[in-house]
Amino acid sequence: MLYDVSPDLLAARSQMAFTLGFHIILACLGVGLPTFVLIANAIGLRRSDPAAMLLARRWSTVMAVTFAVGAVTGTVLSFEMGLLWPVLMGRFGGAFGIPFAIEGLFFFLEAIFIAIYIYGWRRLSPWAHFWSGVPVAIAGVGGTFSVVAANSWMNQPAGFVLGPDGRVAAVTPIEVIFNRATAYEVPHMLLAAYMVTGFLLASVYAVGLLRGGRDRYVRLGFLIPFVVAAAAAPLQVAVGDVAARGILEDQPAKFAAMELIAVGGPNQPETIGGILVDGKVVGGIQIPNLASIIAGFSPDAVLPGLDSIPIDEQPPTAIVHLAWNAMVGIGTALVLLGLWGLVIRWRRRDYATARWFLRAAALSGFGAVVALEAGWIVTEVGRQPWVVFQILRTADAVTRAPGVQTTFVAVVGLYAVLGVATLVALRGLQRRWAAHDVAAGGRALGDSADEGVPYGPYRPDGGSG
Amino acid sequence: MTAVEFTAVVLWLGLTAYAVFGGADFGAGFWDLVAGGSRRGAAPRALIAEAIGPVWEANHTWLIFDLVILWTAFPPAFAAIMSTLFVPLTLAALGIVLRGAAFAFRPVANGLAQRRAAGAVFAISSVLTPFFLGAAGGAIASGRVPAGNAVGDPWTSWLNLTSVLIGLLAIASCAYLAAVFLVADARRSQPSLVPYFLRRATLAAMAAGALALVGIGVLQMDAPLLAGELTRRGWPLIVASAALGTVALILLRRNAPAGTRALAIGAVVAVVWGWGVAQYPDILPGSLTLADAAAPAGSLEALLVVFIVAALVIAPSLVLLYVLDQRSRLASHVLGSDAADAEPEPARES
Repeated sequence: MLYDVSPDLLAARSQMAFTLGFHIILACLGVGLPTFVLIANAIGLRRSDPAAMLLARRWSTVMAVTFAVGAVTGTVLSFEMGLLWPVLMGRFGGAFGIPFAIEGLFFFLEAIFIAIYIYGWRRLSPWAHFWSGVPVAIAGVGGTFSVVAANSWMNQPAGFVLGPDGRVAAVTPIEVIFNRATAYEVPHMLLAAYMVTGFLLASVYAVGLLRGGRDRYVRLGFLIPFVVAAAAAPLQVAVGDVAARGILEDQPAKFAAMELIAVGGPNQPETIGGILVDGKVVGGIQIPNLASIIAGFSPDAVLPGLDSIPIDEQPPTAIVHLAWNAMVGIGTALVLLGLWGLVIRWRRRDYATARWFLRAAALSGFGAVVALEAGWIVTEVGRQPWVVFQILRTADAVTRAPGVQTTFVAVVGLYAVLGVATLVALRGLQRRWAAHDVAAGGRALGDSADEGVPYGPYRPDGGSG
Repeated sequence: MTAVEFTAVVLWLGLTAYAVFGGADFGAGFWDLVAGGSRRGAAPRALIAEAIGPVWEANHTWLIFDLVILWTAFPPAFAAIMSTLFVPLTLAALGIVLRGAAFAFRPVANGLAQRRAAGAVFAISSVLTPFFLGAAGGAIASGRVPAGNAVGDPWTSWLNLTSVLIGLLAIASCAYLAAVFLVADARRSQPSLVPYFLRRATLAAMAAGALALVGIGVLQMDAPLLAGELTRRGWPLIVASAALGTVALILLRRNAPAGTRALAIGAVVAVVWGWGVAQYPDILPGSLTLADAAAPAGSLEALLVVFIVAALVIAPSLVLLYVLDQRSRLASHVLGSDAADAEPEPARES
């Protein structure tokens, strides 16, 4: 390590990274799922489509479970802000806290309307029920904006004056919220949320198609999320490109670690894989001049290297660089997967029989999650050794309370159980639904037994079905 | 009223809302825990699940609301509380995770064994979490949390007579509130359970009253400063709480539950505000005043905007949720296959 890391600091960082890395998947589902549920719900209502309605109901059940787990793991994070980083909060809470206060509003709104939507299936009129879900989708976007604005502030702190006691002494909230990094971090995270949710859902139904499902239910279940996620993927590459150039300007140390540039200058190659050993790149593939061309539009573009960064202000390079490679690689692959889908459509083939395409799509959800985590690692580890960039070191922000090493172990154990339980619960739901479909002699489109038919034209008691 | 005082009042309103709504939620978990075996406890457990299902997430958002106000408006107080009370607050956070996750998993669990495990986790964490939160509150109120990074004692700050007593009082109050609420819920959807929860409300009220009486002696001995301020300035509220609680108890005993919900809420509200009045103008008694802990004007102004939006948007939304819930427009069956594998022949609803 380039700088001293005490065991307590390491435990605190690991606990924060672990709980955040866990929560971020659920947060993405919390942002993405309401949109997909509402799309299916709207199709179901407008076209009187029982398959779309069934998807909307089942996805909303998944949403209920993942939202609950996300709500409590998010609560843990707000505790940890103080439990692990009291100095960060004690000194900078007056500035850093503001975006979180706004987030609190959106979270409140989400919690209220998600309850109305989920519990309103049966008793609210169809369109009133649909509209009760719309605030959930909107609040997800607002919540993402707020939380990521807070993270952006850690990368580009602004809008405050420090007092002699080291505490924030004056605050301009607008400058805190709209700091330099907000513009590129927020859209990047938002698109990631739709991609992660979309590809995860699409993966499930890609498997269904591979297993021979051909009805409208499984096709729609694949198409709705896949189309949205595949459309987001190229946008994400464009936003990521802007973000990388923003980091080049705002955080040269992070950029140098991402691109594994030991010595700054022109003609920087793009390095794929590899690590730095004694200031030299070992292993990996280098494509001459490519980093300079991508970032500066010319082989002569000068890029910063780690040699211009004091050694005690450098982030760990290996993890940042490899995570960066993983994110870009997977992101590119997901764009290609979307293009593949377009080609299939253009050649008027049926995607449901394109087995290799479906196999790739079945892996896309896992890939999107890996890319998400990798991107998060680039942002967070790349900012080290700072918690507030160039103002407060992570090592100086950590709690002095004894016991962080113990809680880290306990938290990892608890979250492992939580993760397994979540998967078991979701898998159980899936099995039960499949059993109901079999019992109904096909898709259980009109069967109320599994999730309680809400309303609409497909009442099992013969309504208007 | 200054901006600092106004923010402190909103912080305390949030704490009050959490004590009432979150408290009733925790208390419902307490009654789930003591409802007995899976056959005997099935009916009360079903009522409990139905009662808190649609509202528990919104109820617990008050905690987040207060955490963000505390760290934005009074950052050094937040830092001191979270670092000195690292142990009980870590345990409370883990309790919140276990409780929420288990509650969400229970209706979708596969088979009786999983459902029982989820139910047990939900119920036990429902009892432990308010204890740790109450003990943390007791630590703050009795002046055991000094400003700074983990300056107070990590153990004796919350493992002392006052904190333990307030932790137990929190459990009893939650159980009392929940039982009173559940009487009303039972009246609406499950009348056979009315006497069941009436009996439990009475027991919980007596337990809370007994703990409060013991508390008078404990505070005099263990936290004389707090006891002094409570008797000097907070006494009207403490008296009001005792009176409201007693009247509610008498009405319950006479089987006249009209208004008992409001009275029970009033008893809890009065205690929370008695605490607030007693320690004003300190946020950490004996160590840090509200004014010294306050963030700059810009932060408080940003919070003011948040409060205004909350009053305009969140408050009516919450009212909508509670009204829909109370009018039985929200059914808890969607969350899965309630009946699907518990009973062979699920009842169809039209």
